[in-house]
Amino acid sequence: MKVHIPSPLLSYTNQQNDVEANGSSIAEMLDDLNRQYPGIRFRMIDEQDSIRPHMKIFVNGEQVWGLETALESPDEVYILQALSGG
Amino acid sequence: MKSTVKSKTKSAKPASASVALLIATKKGAFILNSDGKRREWKIKGPIFLGNIVHHLVLDPRDRRTMLMAAKTGHLGPTVFRSTDRGKTWKEASKPPAFRKAPEGQKGRVVDHVFWLSAGHASDPGVWYAGTSPQGLFRSEDGGESWESVTGFNDHPMREAWTGGEQDGTPDGPKMHSIIIDPRDPNHLYIGMSSGGVFESTDKGAGWKPLNAGCLSETTPEKYPEYGQDPHCVRMHPLAPDILYQQNHCGIYRMDRRAPDGDVRWVRIGEKMPKSVGDIGFPMVLHPRDPDTAWVFPMDGTTVWPRTSPGGKPAAYVTRNAGKTWKRLDNGLPKEQAWMTVFRQAMTADARDPLGIYFGTTCGEIWASLNEGEKWNCIARHLPHIYAVEAAEVGK
Repeated sequence: MKVHIPSPLLSYTNQQNDVEANGSSIAEMLDDLNRQYPGIRFRMIDEQDSIRPHMKIFVNGEQVWGLETALESPDEVYILQALSGG
Repeated sequence: MKSTVKSKTKSAKPASASVALLIATKKGAFILNSDGKRREWKIKGPIFLGNIVHHLVLDPRDRRTMLMAAKTGHLGPTVFRSTDRGKTWKEASKPPAFRKAPEGQKGRVVDHVFWLSAGHASDPGVWYAGTSPQGLFRSEDGGESWESVTGFNDHPMREAWTGGEQDGTPDGPKMHSIIIDPRDPNHLYIGMSSGGVFESTDKGAGWKPLNAGCLSETTPEKYPEYGQDPHCVRMHPLAPDILYQQNHCGIYRMDRRAPDGDVRWVRIGEKMPKSVGDIGFPMVLHPRDPDTAWVFPMDGTTVWPRTSPGGKPAAYVTRNAGKTWKRLDNGLPKEQAWMTVFRQAMTADARDPLGIYFGTTCGEIWASLNEGEKWNCIARHLPHIYAVEAAEVGK
C-alpha cells in the first residue's frame, strides 16, 4: 500500500514523499517501513508502542490512534506531523 | 588548607592545536574552531538544522568520534554519531529507550537524551547517556546501540529517588552529570534534577544517594537523603575525591578524603556576595587545580527569573575551594543584559592560561583566554544554546 511520509521523516526515505509498505495492521506496516528505512519507526512511535504526541496517522482519511488498526490493500496511509510550535 | 594535588602529570595543552567549541542549540549544532592562539574563530554549521540538540561531545579517547543527543519538535529522541570529527553523521541503530511495560502497566518514554559522557579510558567504545525523564543508558559500541542500565532504571527506589513529573525542570526532569572515576571504571556518579547525586561502585548495578549536607528547598525536609536538585556536578580529574556542584540551593563542595570519614557536601557559595547569591546552572573546574572553580550566577529569587542578577552578567571564580570568590565581568555588558547560561553551556579548554567559554540562551558565545579576567563575544545570533563543550582537536 502507499504510505505518505511527512517532511521530518524524508531523510529516512531518500526524500521520497510516497513509499510502498506491506502489512495487515499499522504495526506490521511500520515494521516493514522500518525494515526498508531503518530507524524511521522509533522517531514516530515510542518504546511503549504509542504514536508520539506530535505525529498523526490516517488511513483512508480517518485518523487512527493505535497500532492494532487493520489494513488491507489498497488502503492509503498518511503519516503527518501535527502542530508543534516554538 | 590548600589542596596538595597540583600534579605536573597533566600539563597544559600546547598552543599548536586548535580549540573546538561544540555548541548544542535548540535548532541544531554548530562547531566553532579556533586558530592555534584562539584569536580567530570560524563557525561550522548548522549541523542537523532544526533538531533540538541537547549535547554534542567529542570522545576524548580518540578525538575523532562525536556523539550528538537530538530530537525534533515532532520526532522522538535519538543519538547521532560521527567517526570523522563531525564531517559525516549516522544515526544510532538503537537509541536509548526504556523497556516496554507489561500489558496494562504504564511504561516510561524517553522524551529526550540530555547528557552524553564518554566512558573510562580503559573502556573504549563505552558511552553513557542520561535522559529526560531520568534514565541511564550505556553503549558499548561507540554509541551505535544503547542498553538500559537496569541497575538504575529498574531500581526499586527509582521512583522515590526521582519523584514525579512535577519535580523536574520546566522542560522535564533530567539525568545529567554522568561522571566516571578516572581511577576505576566501575565507580560512577550521576546527578538528577530532581533526585540528587548518586553513586555506583559496581558500574551501575547498584546505587546509593550522596546528598548529605545538601539543602533542598523543594521538599518538606530540608536535608533529605535524596530529592535535591543538583544543576551541575563536577569531579576534579586529578583529585577524584573532590566533587563540586552548582545546586538549585547553592554551590557545594565535597572532599571525600576527610580523615574522619564524614562525607558531606559543604556549602561554599555562602561566601558569594549576598546581592548576587549562589544560584546558577553551570560549574567549571580548573583541570590542574582542584581548588579553582568558576560559576555563572543566575537570579534564583522570587519566581526564579534565571537571568543574570540585576541584568549585570558576571562569572565568579574561587581559587581557594570556596573560601573567597572574585567577580569576573570585564568585557561583559554592564547593564540590561539578562543572560541565561544553562548547566551544560559553560566549559574550559586545557590551555595555560585556561580558556573559559559560555553560551547564552540568546545565542551568544563568550570567551575568556585568561581564566575569566577579560571576556569577548566570539559568536552571536545563534539559536538558544543548551550546551558548549571545549575540545582540543589538533591540526
